[in-house]
Amino acid sequence: MNPLGRRDFLGRLGALAAVPAALQVQDSLAGRGSVGTLRDPYAVGQPREVTRIEDYDERIKSIEHRLACNCGCTLDVFTCRTTDFTCTYSPKLHREVVAMDKAGKSAQQILDAFVAEYGEKALMAPKPEGFNLWGYLLPGSLILAAGAGLFAFVGRRRVAVAGAGAAGSGTGPSTAASTATPEELERLRQALAEVED
Amino acid sequence: MTLLGQFALWVALLLGAWSAAVAFTGRWQGREDLRRSISGAVYGTFAAMVVAALALWKGLVTHDFNIEYVAAYTSRNLPSGYIVSALWAGQKGSLLFWALVLSLFASLAQLLTPRRYAALLPYVAGVTSAVTAFFVCTMIFAANPFERLAFTPADGRGLNPQLQNPGMMIHPPMLYLGYISITIPFGFAVAALLSRSLDTGWIHAIRKWTLVSWLFLSIGITLGMWWAYVELGWGGYWAWDPVENASLLPWLTMTAFLHSVMIQEKRGMLKRWNLGLIIGTFLLSIFGTFITRSGVIASVHSFTQSNVGYFFLAFLVVSGVLAFTLLYTRWPSLKAEVQLESMLSREAAFLFNNLLLVGVAFSVLWGTLFPILSELVRGSKITVGPPFFNRVNVPIGLLLLALTGVGPLIAWRKASPANLRRQFTAPVATGLVTLVGLLASGMRDFYAIMALALAGFVAGTIVQEFWRGVRARRRMHGESVPTAFVRLIGRNRRRYGGYLVHVGVLIYFVAFSGMAFKREMEATLKPGQSVQMQSPFGHTYTLTHMGVSQFEALNRIVSAATVSVAKDGKPEGLMTSEKRQHVDSFKRPTFEPSTEVGIRSGLQEDLYITYAGSVNGTEEAVYRFTINPLVWWLWFGGFVLVFGGVVTMWPGGGPTVAAPRQAVAGYEVALVGGARE
Repeated sequence: MNPLGRRDFLGRLGALAAVPAALQVQDSLAGRGSVGTLRDPYAVGQPREVTRIEDYDERIKSIEHRLACNCGCTLDVFTCRTTDFTCTYSPKLHREVVAMDKAGKSAQQILDAFVAEYGEKALMAPKPEGFNLWGYLLPGSLILAAGAGLFAFVGRRRVAVAGAGAAGSGTGPSTAASTATPEELERLRQALAEVED
Repeated sequence: MTLLGQFALWVALLLGAWSAAVAFTGRWQGREDLRRSISGAVYGTFAAMVVAALALWKGLVTHDFNIEYVAAYTSRNLPSGYIVSALWAGQKGSLLFWALVLSLFASLAQLLTPRRYAALLPYVAGVTSAVTAFFVCTMIFAANPFERLAFTPADGRGLNPQLQNPGMMIHPPMLYLGYISITIPFGFAVAALLSRSLDTGWIHAIRKWTLVSWLFLSIGITLGMWWAYVELGWGGYWAWDPVENASLLPWLTMTAFLHSVMIQEKRGMLKRWNLGLIIGTFLLSIFGTFITRSGVIASVHSFTQSNVGYFFLAFLVVSGVLAFTLLYTRWPSLKAEVQLESMLSREAAFLFNNLLLVGVAFSVLWGTLFPILSELVRGSKITVGPPFFNRVNVPIGLLLLALTGVGPLIAWRKASPANLRRQFTAPVATGLVTLVGLLASGMRDFYAIMALALAGFVAGTIVQEFWRGVRARRRMHGESVPTAFVRLIGRNRRRYGGYLVHVGVLIYFVAFSGMAFKREMEATLKPGQSVQMQSPFGHTYTLTHMGVSQFEALNRIVSAATVSVAKDGKPEGLMTSEKRQHVDSFKRPTFEPSTEVGIRSGLQEDLYITYAGSVNGTEEAVYRFTINPLVWWLWFGGFVLVFGGVVTMWPGGGPTVAAPRQAVAGYEVALVGGARE
């Protein structure tokens, strides 16, 4: 085995020192400079753009929560574009919202513009006007009407029962309750309340 | 095996048709052999369905990709658990699963129903057989799970990635069990109407079945919320999707029935209403199936859509017309035995509770169908999403929560002012203290404040009920508090189990209110970069992107983005969210890449991390960070609700049929003797 010459030895030492340096270049620096490349970029879906402030701006978000994505997902624009990240519609709609916002339009103007362009289905909830009022008001109105009807029905029934009771007083079967004092009746009610199911 | 499966389906169809025909024509009366043949056909149908299900399972397990269903929902590299659960992953298989479970329940109803209700059983068999025959018929003629392909693919397509979740193995079966078991109470209701046995007998016969059905639906709905939360990646658990709504509808009407049936048992009232509720619940379960499978309304549950929806629509219309016509013909025999005496009574509270539950059900149904209605009337499509449903349903839901606390406080028949004062003081005070505390803490969201304050009121009611019961037992039997508490529940499981269910419901509302304070943000981070996020509870999360690693798993290529989490400066560990590209055994991509979220769950809030993807194929990652307050309580509330339901239906401990009358006599003796002081 040939002894290693001084020149060879220094050369190999230099090569060893160069290896970690090369690895460091490959590594990601903490928040700066270049970043490593993924082995299979396809596996992470569509390439993403760097997030901008308007992507999570509260005002933009609140507008997008009121707009329906038209990809058929049934979600709103913000939720769709930040959920499975495969939709191609919601990022486009987002860009439209941002553009209108930058153009100085108010939230309502942006919503109106979407309705003008895509129809009323662009809204997550229909405007409470015209036929849509049926949608908003019918369930509550029916419940109120049924409740009022129930009150009226029971009220009438009570009058009838009370009348029948007065007419038949003294002819019914004698029970402990019918001869009880008010205090005893209250005690009975308390006992019922404690034990009954 | 497919031939055997096909044959089994035909056998099941013929047996079901025989059983239904003999039962409904009434020819079994006076003919013991025919009567026995009805129940025999029910058991035979079950056996045939077992054979059919085993045949399809064998195809799935042995990767027989010549069967269209096997090729469509499995692949060679699909984990074995999902191969088994693929039976209910698709339209055709889930119909088979439905018919299998229905035939099992039908057999159990024949076997386990006490003999005193024997007169009802042939009719019950007729109903269950007719429904089973409908499902089998749909399979044979429109959605055959044993259909073969003209060629045999080398591998199957695999299972939708969103369905590759442990929740998938239990959430759909639980919902199906809930839907399917409703057929048994419906069968008893129809049997009572047909046989004119309209006393409370049929109510007692179905008590366990209604509770079983309600429990399965509750578990199924809660698991569905959990699955949506952990799998769909949008950071919520309820989106008012038509299919979600469809599962809620029968749950609501069944809950109404479980309350109103008590009034029929105790006071002989609401007979027509209860029959209507059971029929309505059954029809809503079929309606849910129609919604899920027809595609008539856009839904995220699009993986089971096909033209069989119209079979269900026809079945829905026919069974609805027949059942309500039958109810109408028996209307005069269903008069209430007594009348409601006062609006200040528990009966009235239950009536209003029913009104609200059915009102919410109508409201949800109305909102679900409103897009179709709007298109029919105005010719233009609209979207009815969460903002609509929240606006319409949240106020009704809060009223319902209030009644959850009011009902147990009011006496039967008529409450006196003294009784009301005594009962309401502590719960109302609890609610008010909660309200003041919330306002003092700076909370300003109206609905969240109302939900939490009412939850305080309901909690006050329940604690008071338990406390009074324990105190009474201690006084009467000298028991210690824990013993008295356990025995109190054990001796009256129905009442106190019901209160536990109410605890579960109020916990649900507390969890729902948390979503009003949800926080979310997007960020693009290079490895080492951090972002900070403030939680509603005042914590500061520092989220540092550590990098993205890629590796291959059994049936997917995984890109895992890792985040280091610090809460208020204290390290909390690492969280990972993944993008998954599913592949078949030849490494060919099968579906679009899917997302697996990272969740760190706590009593106060969940940190929910979604890896959206990478910038230009590098490790620079785009994230969505969400903080969801009080979500853990939703799962806990579900557990308490189900536990309470199990306590309620546990055998023994409940009042007997004759209990009310015995109790009334007991009260009179106590009154005369003054022994209840």
